[in-house]
Amino acid sequence: MKNNSFEISKGVDWTLVLVYVILVMTGITSIFAATYRDENILNGFLSLTTDYSRQSLYFLISAVLAIFILLTDSKFYTATANIFYVFGIILLILVFPFHTDVKGTKSIIRFSSFQLQPAELCKIFVNLALAKYLSSRDIALSKLKTMLIAASLVLIPAILTIMQSETGLALVYFSFFLVMYREGLPSAFLSIGFSIAVLVVLTLLIDQNILAVGLTLLAGLVLFLFKRQISRRKSLFFVVFAIWAFCVGVQRFAVPYFFNHVLKPYQVQRIYSTVGKDFQVDTKTISEEDLKKIEEKKKAGNYNVKQSKIAIGSGGFFGKGLLKGTQTRYDFVPEQRTDFIFCTIGEGYGFMGSLLLLGLYLFMIFRVIRIAERQRSSFSRCYAYGVASVLFFHVFINVGMTIGIVPVIGIPLPFMSYGGTAQITFTVLLFILIRLDADRQMILR
Amino acid sequence: MSAANQSRQNVIRLIIGISFSILIVRLLFLQLASSKYDLLAIDNAVSKKVIFPERGIVFDRKGRSILENTQTYDLMILPTQLKGLDTQGVCTILKIDMPEFKDRLLTAIIKNGRYRPSIFEASLSTETFVQLQENIYRFEPGFFLQERPIRSYPYKAAAQVLGYVGEVDSNVLRRTNYFYQIGDYMGLSGLERFYEPILMGQRGVRYQVKDNKNRIVGPYEQGRFDSIAIAGRNLRTFMDIDLQVLAERLLKNKLGAIVAIEPKTGGILALASGPTYDPNQLTGSQRRNNFSWLLRDTSRPLFNRAIKGQYPPGSTIKPIQALIALDEGVITPNFGLNCRGVYLGCRRPISCEEKFAGHAANLRLALAHSCNSYFSHIYRLAIDNPRERTTVNGYLRWKRYMNSFGLGVKLGVDLPSEDRGYIPDTSFYNRIYNKSWSSCTNVFLGIGQGEMQATPLQMANLMSIIANKGYYYTPHFVKSIDDPQDSDTILNRFKIKHSVTNIPDTIYNIVQMAMQDVVESGTARGARIEGVAISGKTGTAENYGIIYGKREKLANHSWFVCFAPRENPKIAIAVVVENAGFGATWAGPMASLMVEKYLRDTLSQARWKEVERIESKEIILPIVKAKRTALDSLRIQRLRKEQLRRQAFLPLNPLDRKTPERIILAFHLNALKPEHEEQFI
Repeated sequence: MKNNSFEISKGVDWTLVLVYVILVMTGITSIFAATYRDENILNGFLSLTTDYSRQSLYFLISAVLAIFILLTDSKFYTATANIFYVFGIILLILVFPFHTDVKGTKSIIRFSSFQLQPAELCKIFVNLALAKYLSSRDIALSKLKTMLIAASLVLIPAILTIMQSETGLALVYFSFFLVMYREGLPSAFLSIGFSIAVLVVLTLLIDQNILAVGLTLLAGLVLFLFKRQISRRKSLFFVVFAIWAFCVGVQRFAVPYFFNHVLKPYQVQRIYSTVGKDFQVDTKTISEEDLKKIEEKKKAGNYNVKQSKIAIGSGGFFGKGLLKGTQTRYDFVPEQRTDFIFCTIGEGYGFMGSLLLLGLYLFMIFRVIRIAERQRSSFSRCYAYGVASVLFFHVFINVGMTIGIVPVIGIPLPFMSYGGTAQITFTVLLFILIRLDADRQMILR
Repeated sequence: MSAANQSRQNVIRLIIGISFSILIVRLLFLQLASSKYDLLAIDNAVSKKVIFPERGIVFDRKGRSILENTQTYDLMILPTQLKGLDTQGVCTILKIDMPEFKDRLLTAIIKNGRYRPSIFEASLSTETFVQLQENIYRFEPGFFLQERPIRSYPYKAAAQVLGYVGEVDSNVLRRTNYFYQIGDYMGLSGLERFYEPILMGQRGVRYQVKDNKNRIVGPYEQGRFDSIAIAGRNLRTFMDIDLQVLAERLLKNKLGAIVAIEPKTGGILALASGPTYDPNQLTGSQRRNNFSWLLRDTSRPLFNRAIKGQYPPGSTIKPIQALIALDEGVITPNFGLNCRGVYLGCRRPISCEEKFAGHAANLRLALAHSCNSYFSHIYRLAIDNPRERTTVNGYLRWKRYMNSFGLGVKLGVDLPSEDRGYIPDTSFYNRIYNKSWSSCTNVFLGIGQGEMQATPLQMANLMSIIANKGYYYTPHFVKSIDDPQDSDTILNRFKIKHSVTNIPDTIYNIVQMAMQDVVESGTARGARIEGVAISGKTGTAENYGIIYGKREKLANHSWFVCFAPRENPKIAIAVVVENAGFGATWAGPMASLMVEKYLRDTLSQARWKEVERIESKEIILPIVKAKRTALDSLRIQRLRKEQLRRQAFLPLNPLDRKTPERIILAFHLNALKPEHEEQFI
């Protein structure tokens, strides 16, 4: 079957490939718009000194890899998933002794001019391993043991990544819980997770005491409305009381503890910046150095988001046109070719462009979910949901960050942001899925 | 793959869908609902550069430019481009050392940042400029030369009249609603200030795109919104720069003022205040430094005594008193008083200079002899005019007269911050004398003493009134503005004729004749010019000063006011020299020289000698002089230090070397003779 060149394309989801190519091309154009400085374009491309030419090179490498992946057998991935996972973890550990310090991150290994960020790459391996585990026989996510193993598969690389000061990339691993949810993780986790998220956001927005009073009133209201049921079943009262105590505990003690002792002060400040507040630092417990760092981050973080909001906001309905964006053209937005690449779209093509791009991403993610649901093999399905979750998480956090509704977390916009590792990672992630999908009639274990 | 799990795909789709909706709603708000970000973006990336046109030129009555523009060059520094440059070479040319270099570099970085050029040395001297221009290729692009227009005063005269330009301060920015921007220059005093809107011209605006480091990247929208600069318009003045230079020479080493007006038009021919300074000091690189020295000078060279100096006018007020009494009808020209050297009408005797009988037999005689008794008496007659019933009414009427003569009110000359002088109001006497006062209380006003104060400009204007026989035009400098426009209303008020009295010309003739007598045969014989009928009046004004907290009587101010020729007045002059004694001693001869210079356009050799005599005479109160000397020696010390520092780098040619003393001398040699003036050696 693999001997015939016609057969390679059999079963390949060309729609997805097309969307992928459009996104990559948009990305290169945006990087071009953000960094082009009246130099000779041909020279710029040939010399590989410009960012857009390098990104094009990364695309070529990705394309070669993609073709290579399409040529492989699907069984290869199920067979090697665990080995790859171990390989990925070793790579992550190797970073500690061999990393080079680049811009405050400790996650990059450098071989001469080539840089590798294992934390980025590891997403593929984790996705494969998780899919492999969840698709194995006699497991059920309603069982505690399964839950723990699945969670640790995801959390081990996450913790290693946090230790490399790449909190943003580590957070991406949490998107795999969406896969677990799809595969049978009790719904309670989702609602509890959602409730806690709401509670944390409220803690940030509302004064501690007012929130506590509010929660108490809410509890009272619930007791009042359900007094009949409660009088019938006394235990319900304790349930309500326990939930109330938990909520107050979270907002009064857990969140402050987490902010003050677990997160780095500058990270807390970033979170506070998003809701437009300043983190009230406890000056007694904090070192001089950290205080300075907070101030720095406060300024830099606010500046980035402010400039990026200005850039996107000034785009208007139809945008200023390619190469006409004053904000993105003249370096007002820091990191705009990497994490803030969305600004170029926002300013250059306006609301219409942004809508189109987001639509494209949404289409891609929904397409991946559709693909997931048509798999016969649960390995492929899990893997596909992993891809969808990672894409969703990246797009939502990245775009949300540029328009100021999510704290500044430095993660790239899939297929568009400048950067070799990210480009290759997402391509490989996607094309493994396309390969698996091409063989959707097979049952892989 | 239970059924429950099947439905979960929709939950996941829902979560993703809602999240994307949040993003889109937020984008909707950001990009469509608010134009705030649009403006912020323009703020961010578009710089509005104001282009200043050349300021207008000021010409004198003969069409000579007395205030014009020249170019100077600033050495600019671009801190980011300094790597690998021969900074030592720059230091050698500028004669500064490395610590100084680093100092200036730091200042530049603090002021404008590393990416924008800052001034490293402003207004280079010709010598430095030439050296730098030859070598600038070695220092580029870290250093470059930038042209900058500055004002120049070719006659080095009329400093207080022409004024100077300077950087706008935050007050101006606020007041003009940010019409000006930080770093802009505007007229800060004198004509530069008063005619700022005309001299300034119309500024052009160039919109440029800048990047995040504030570097200019190119024009915004191909210059579609740009407007070009329109040069400032020129002013044609009544001034005679030769006369002005002469006036300033006469006032050298003295405190005082000379104002000369053309009576027919109210045009100011010369307006000098002594001591003055070379206005070129307040342009160029040393502006701040020089300004601070001028500010600290106790003789106050920045103070325009001609419009701000308030002096008791003394006897020079007497012709006006006569006119008031005549207009009121309380006397006739034949009214006489038998004065024997003292006026006893009031409790305190008022002494009179003349003692012989009949020196005040009629108005003409009394005026010629400046009889204190006569004028005290007619002042009281005017105040106690029975028609007015009460002293207060009489005084108020008299005050109205004085005001209509331009005393105690601002005349409205086209210079900023003119002072009004002082004619006390009745409330002043009511307060001091508890409402019980009579014409005797302030009888000194009749002879120009007491509380009365007037500026030299007001006194010159009085002479215009007498010369014109009852009317005046507001004294002003500017005759016309080049390229007149309909919107130019600034000169309109100088075309209004102010009529002051209803006295027939015959009576004016008597006053004029009496004043001619003053010069021909009276107190001011020293001011006589052969062949010119001058009508004048001397004044010797008593005055007091507060010295170390004690009120002390100081030497009298020397006044002389006149107009000439009497038959067809062409010039009206007021001269005051502070603490110089009799009016006839200094002020008289000075006015006489001014009249001759103006009417004949030249002075004879003997008269130039007279100019030199007056010029070399120093009349400054010892206390002012002492403080001034102390300041000068401080300045010499500073200059010597600076010179030593510079010598350490490049030994100067000993012939070129100016000693600090000579620099100081040049500093005080304010009204230098222009080259084309007839030289008298």
